[in-house]
Amino acid sequence: MHELSLMDGVVKALLKSAGENDISKITKVKLVVGKMTAALPSALEFAFEVLSKGTLIEGAELEIEEQEIIGRCEACGKEFKTNLYAFVCPHCGHPKVDIVSGRDLYIDFYEGD
Amino acid sequence: MVKVRLASRILEANEKIAERNRKFFQDKGIFVINLMSSPGSGKTSILERTISRLSGETPLAVIEGDIYTSQDAERIEQKGAPVVQINTSGACHLDAHMVEEALGDLDLDKIKLLVIENVGNLVCPAEFDLGEDAKVAVLSTTEGNDKPMKYPLVFRQSQAVLVNKIDLLAHTDFDLDVLRRDVHLINPELKIFEVSARTNEGFEPWCQWLAEQVRNKAAAV
Repeated sequence: MHELSLMDGVVKALLKSAGENDISKITKVKLVVGKMTAALPSALEFAFEVLSKGTLIEGAELEIEEQEIIGRCEACGKEFKTNLYAFVCPHCGHPKVDIVSGRDLYIDFYEGD
Repeated sequence: MVKVRLASRILEANEKIAERNRKFFQDKGIFVINLMSSPGSGKTSILERTISRLSGETPLAVIEGDIYTSQDAERIEQKGAPVVQINTSGACHLDAHMVEEALGDLDLDKIKLLVIENVGNLVCPAEFDLGEDAKVAVLSTTEGNDKPMKYPLVFRQSQAVLVNKIDLLAHTDFDLDVLRRDVHLINPELKIFEVSARTNEGFEPWCQWLAEQVRNKAAAV
């Protein structure tokens, strides 16, 4: 449900940047969404559709890249792909793992005229 | 056609305000917890017990997040703690800006502990930093022990989890061993406190842990 407030931030950032860059119509937006965020792509798409209505973003294509969760073992230093449910090093079994990526939530780029 | 690279973080605006809140708490030496759980797990009851136990030695205040009502704030007020209600008007979580606004309504000069009770929801609140020192999750035995696996983010980010309604354990299928195993897979350092807000069972270790965090923060100023 918070996808709506997240997308509100996206739309505001896009409108601000479009104004600064003299862009009157946005045609494509690319978001990167880490799998460790609690944001659901389908809910983000719905929120995008609702919030972009009546703005210069309306009708733009939304591309969402889901970012894998990458952990780094604090003991052996190896990096590995993981999921949300087991932060244990698959190489040495150490239980303390730093999250290297997977928490991101950002606008990569947009296209417009 | 123009392509504009933004690399703009969506939660950046929230994070900036959260940092401002954190600095404010740091300067005043106030330890802040962000209390999160699903609806009905007993956050407010736990808070009432905690206030009763700590208020003599630890001056504390409460920010109550609720979608529409002020029922929880009224309960806290009866316990004698200063409280501010935030009504999110439909939003499923508190954000840093709401907390910043609420701070203006509290006299924090003598406060050493601030508890922010988030909106009852295990998903969205985990995403929004409020400027707190520690996130604390509450889970009740009647909800089932599968919650950490279903909502891992909140358990990954928390420093402590209170397993409430422990007095009802025998009447449920809740498996404490499975819960301990699951939360420690997600977060090996998570502290687990088994409590009952109804009977007061288990509150001593939780309150001692909390009081220790408060003392450490105050000593660092």
